[in-house]
Amino acid sequence: MESIEKIRDDVLAAVPDAAITIVPSTPAANQPALLVGREQLYRVAKFLKEDSRYQMDFCSCVTAVDYLPKENQPGFIEVVYHLYSVERRTGPIVLKVRAPRELDQCEVPSLTPLWRGCEFQEREAYDLFGVRFTGHPDLRRILMWDEFTDHPMRKDYVPPADYEWEPTPHDETLERARAQGGVIPVTAAEEAKRK
Amino acid sequence: MAIDPGLKSELQKHGIFILPFEELYNWSRKSSIWPLQFGLACCAIEMIATAASRYDLARFGAEVFRATPRQADLMIVAGTVTKKMAPQVVRLWNQMPEPKYCIAMGACAISGGPFKEGYNVLKGIDRYIPVDVHIPGCPPRPEALIHAIMTLQRKIAATDLEAGRRPRWYDPQAPAEFPVPQYGAHDLEPPANREIWHPPRNYREVTIDEVLKKG
Repeated sequence: MESIEKIRDDVLAAVPDAAITIVPSTPAANQPALLVGREQLYRVAKFLKEDSRYQMDFCSCVTAVDYLPKENQPGFIEVVYHLYSVERRTGPIVLKVRAPRELDQCEVPSLTPLWRGCEFQEREAYDLFGVRFTGHPDLRRILMWDEFTDHPMRKDYVPPADYEWEPTPHDETLERARAQGGVIPVTAAEEAKRK
Repeated sequence: MAIDPGLKSELQKHGIFILPFEELYNWSRKSSIWPLQFGLACCAIEMIATAASRYDLARFGAEVFRATPRQADLMIVAGTVTKKMAPQVVRLWNQMPEPKYCIAMGACAISGGPFKEGYNVLKGIDRYIPVDVHIPGCPPRPEALIHAIMTLQRKIAATDLEAGRRPRWYDPQAPAEFPVPQYGAHDLEPPANREIWHPPRNYREVTIDEVLKKG
């Protein structure tokens, strides 16, 4: 496996406008990643798949990470692809791409046309993080039900108030138990049905 | 009507059995509990082991796992009930004929278990259907499931069939269906069947007066 700098240079030679940054990793993981611009992601991935030096024929993992805004940088959702080559027995190459957290702008090009195995994993990232994959053939929820409107793996997700405490709660749990007063709040739909 | 135990024993020696219908009904019910063949997660593996030859659930007359709710008497909720699966579980329960019994097997089925604070796990199947026996454990050992079946058998044997004290399902007017929860935008609607499920009391809020009144 070539060094991450060599991979970056090869990719830049093929896709000159790819705005690549190398994201260093912790020493234990030793798995630096290539941060690619959203517009160039598809072409970068296509190069890595089809170039005879890489032949990344297997996309093993698609996932997303939610970064909340900090005081000096806006929040973003980072989609991570792990690519392996079964043919050359090398890998992984980690591709990262960032999209804004706002649901209407959170879009990333789909890599399902390149690797069919991405289909369900991109549906999962859409379901749990709200990343819309443009060009995905069948972007529906996969784990939660279709009527569900939230994206529960986002860090600002608020779970429903069906909270249930142990008989002897303490600290934060005690506060929530007191606030809820020992009953499940009546939902709006139930309220409407009673009237 | 009570039967003199001495007379009963004497008659049995001559091959004559005298017993109230109640006892006969309960005996036959408890001796052939047919469970519904359905498992939701890893607890189902223990349930399968319990039914197989080593632990041999057949000793208790409960080995015939039926693949249709129409022929089943017992629902063993073995495993994590996700919110996506809960309406289907309630629907299966509604399709079972009375008298029917429910065992909630394992930490997840009784309370949500390690996934209790999760967004997609129901915090116990007793939110929607009445549970007769709860088994803790993650997963419970096959012996625990056998113990639950024996507990259920004792419960069935103690069923009172006298008029006025009969179980709910002897009344043809009593509602037989449990409401199936609907998929909502954030959670299941409703989040629990309020008629059968009551949230736990917060014991820290119990006043000393209440304790003294209770004795």
